Amino acid sequence: MIAEAGHYALTLALFIAIVQATVPLIGAHKNDSFWMSFAQPAAILQFLLVAFAFGCLTIAFVTSDFSLAVVVHNSHTAKPLIFKISGVWGNHEGSMLLWVLILSLFGALVALFGNNLPPGLRSRALAVQAMIAVGFYLFMLLTSNPFERIIPPPANGQDLNPLLQDFGLAIHPPMLYLGYVGFSMAFSFAIAALIEGRVDAAWARWVRPWTLLAWCFLSGGIALGSWWAYYELGWGGFWFWDPVENASFIPWLSGTALLHSSIVVEKRDALKGWTIFLAIVTFSLSLLGTFLVRSGVLTSVHSFATDPSRGVFILALLVIVTGGSLALFAWRGPGLKSDVLFQPISREGGLLFNNLVMTTAAATVLLGTLYPLMLEAMGGGKVSVGAPFFNATFVPLMVPMLIAMAAGPMLTWKRSDLKPVLNRLWIAFIAAIVLVLVVWQIQGGAVFGLIGTGIATWLFVGTMVQLGERIHLFRVPLGDSLRRLGRTPRAAWGMTLAHAGLAITIAGITGAGVWKVESIQSLMPGQSVSLSGFDFKFQGVKQIQGPNYQATRATFTVTQDGKAVVTLHPEKRLYVVQNQPTTEAAIHSTIWGDLYAVIGDPEGTKGAYVTRLYFNPLVVWMWIGVMMMMLGAAMSLSDRRYRIGAPKRTRQRIEGAAATSLK
Amino acid sequence: MKSMNRTLFYVPLAIFLVMVVYFAFGLTRDARVLPSVLINKPVPPLVLKPIEGSVRGFSTDDLKNQVTLVNVFGSWCIACKVEHPFLMELKKSNVVPIYGIDWREVNRKDGPAWLKRFGDPYTRIGDDPKSKAAIAFGVTGAPETFIVDHRGIIRYKHTGPLNYEIWRSTIGPIVDQLRRDQVKAKGTS
Repeated sequence: MIAEAGHYALTLALFIAIVQATVPLIGAHKNDSFWMSFAQPAAILQFLLVAFAFGCLTIAFVTSDFSLAVVVHNSHTAKPLIFKISGVWGNHEGSMLLWVLILSLFGALVALFGNNLPPGLRSRALAVQAMIAVGFYLFMLLTSNPFERIIPPPANGQDLNPLLQDFGLAIHPPMLYLGYVGFSMAFSFAIAALIEGRVDAAWARWVRPWTLLAWCFLSGGIALGSWWAYYELGWGGFWFWDPVENASFIPWLSGTALLHSSIVVEKRDALKGWTIFLAIVTFSLSLLGTFLVRSGVLTSVHSFATDPSRGVFILALLVIVTGGSLALFAWRGPGLKSDVLFQPISREGGLLFNNLVMTTAAATVLLGTLYPLMLEAMGGGKVSVGAPFFNATFVPLMVPMLIAMAAGPMLTWKRSDLKPVLNRLWIAFIAAIVLVLVVWQIQGGAVFGLIGTGIATWLFVGTMVQLGERIHLFRVPLGDSLRRLGRTPRAAWGMTLAHAGLAITIAGITGAGVWKVESIQSLMPGQSVSLSGFDFKFQGVKQIQGPNYQATRATFTVTQDGKAVVTLHPEKRLYVVQNQPTTEAAIHSTIWGDLYAVIGDPEGTKGAYVTRLYFNPLVVWMWIGVMMMMLGAAMSLSDRRYRIGAPKRTRQRIEGAAATSLK
Repeated sequence: MKSMNRTLFYVPLAIFLVMVVYFAFGLTRDARVLPSVLINKPVPPLVLKPIEGSVRGFSTDDLKNQVTLVNVFGSWCIACKVEHPFLMELKKSNVVPIYGIDWREVNRKDGPAWLKRFGDPYTRIGDDPKSKAAIAFGVTGAPETFIVDHRGIIRYKHTGPLNYEIWRSTIGPIVDQLRRDQVKAKGTS
């Protein structure tokens, strides 16, 4: 009964979306406010209906209603409650429902809080948003209905893939989707602007918060996925350049470009066509990510079951959305002229450089991800493009941008001079050289490691120098500087935090990537292994019984110079229902590195086990860095100019933007 | 100059359309054709090289005149590790020869090292680093097991790890039936 209600709500939402996609659009064209007024209630109603459907599915999971196919395939009565709930989106059908839930939530937010938007722009943006929704409703109802019944219902379910029964992965998809779908807002506004033929600072001021929000969540989603891979897969690695990982990373790269180019539109009324293009591309790449993951076109460890009808449907959706919007862009884009000029060495120039690198990087990762497919289409063998390709292309691309990133924020708008800026950065340069030398002394000459250290230091100190410059540190009395610090707009804080966070993340990636120490061996209880100055003593194993698994639990006591550091308990679990083993690594994090222990299989009959031990330096820095980036985005999002001072639809020149030099 | 500028705006659309062609191809390749189509078809003609440290690989002809299992595995595959003890049991009880396809090893030494460590249940093993055999067989993931009859025709495919339950309920009866067919065929010819 509940399932039927959910199904019905979803169908109703489809029809509401069809109305929302057409009526307000015609209204905006005819400038008829009555027709346009359909948009807001429709968007809110659509959200309520989807939320209701989502609630129905959640109830079905929580109460283990095994008359629903999706519950049977992904749940089990013995599963802990939190994973019953996360099981709602831990499968294809449910995750699509989550996708439309977020999509309609964002639409409803625009409807509720977009009163200061010009009515034409709002109606068109909501109509475009509804068009995307129509596509997804049809996709769900026709090929992946979460409310499909199974007759007769079995006594118990098949359980959720145990790898997915994990807290990090329970919240990873919602975060990622908030990111993906958040870019749909920028996309809808871009299409609305193309239809209107007008892009101005007020437009950018509306698009930027959505982009910030999406970027913030996408960053978090990617980091969570990476974190999950780090502790759950038990290889001590955190990024594998797997197609599915790339699928989320590519929109992040182009989204980062969009984030920066929209600043130029907002402040300087330039790069308009380019920004629209990025908005289209970023959302298209999010859709592409969905297509790649859901259709099984690319093989990956994460792939859900291959289903051609779904693949065809998503491809059709992709062709309509991306093809249609790019055609619209080709037609209307040339009309978006901006007569604002700027010198190559200027804030705009710096942001444009960021954009060029980010889009090139996105294209490179996309190429690397799709290359196996293309080669096969042309009759070549099946190849896999892995880390070596990306390390050889992506890393060198990033280096010049990261170097320029310390200087960019100090350039002035329109026209600037590099020399005084570089003069102020001497301290960052010295710091980078010193730290590289220190690291070289301690760790030796791993080239990647030294480059990473140098760049991370340069960027971090450079960002701090920029903050110091802003508050005139050491040039005016300290009290004045602090007062200036207090008056610093949140957007500027956001930039400082995000850039410094990136520097810290790079340090973490460098540490964990280059200086990882690992040791694989067979150990008898009582034997010890020494690794990076720590002594790991294997104390033996114990069998334990979890709620829906059995586990072999090992005990390692770790000491350093005879002093106890920590006791680690890695597990090897066997999830009974799916008969699938998982490794639960035991991790002890410190600021300088993680102690990471994995227990393998027994060897021989005398109680020896295969054990893998790692010392992963600076891993925590990655997570801290990403959190700083997210916090930076949140700070920027809460900036005064987005809360009050409603964006007015006048071609307001950016009074004194150069003087205050906001980011 | 101006017209060139306009053309520039069409470039993204053109690039996208080319990509769509590849995606459409990708869909036909992976999803529909391979998984089930090979059932009741002859094993694709193949010669598989031996894995490192061994001298004999196998070819399609080796599968004829006997009922065999062809098992796709890899040292990287966790589920293969789960299935492995059961394959060792099968080997010990000598019910059916198992031909192994060592699929997509990152390092050529990984497969042999894995077998050395856990035991080798296979009659013969072919190396398949580039997925040639895997694609020809329409393998969707490892482990995967095919039952091939005495004429070299694929009769059944099982995806996922084998275990005693599956053997007793499906694989075993099919192998027995195919054996009887083989004897009958001999009697009539």
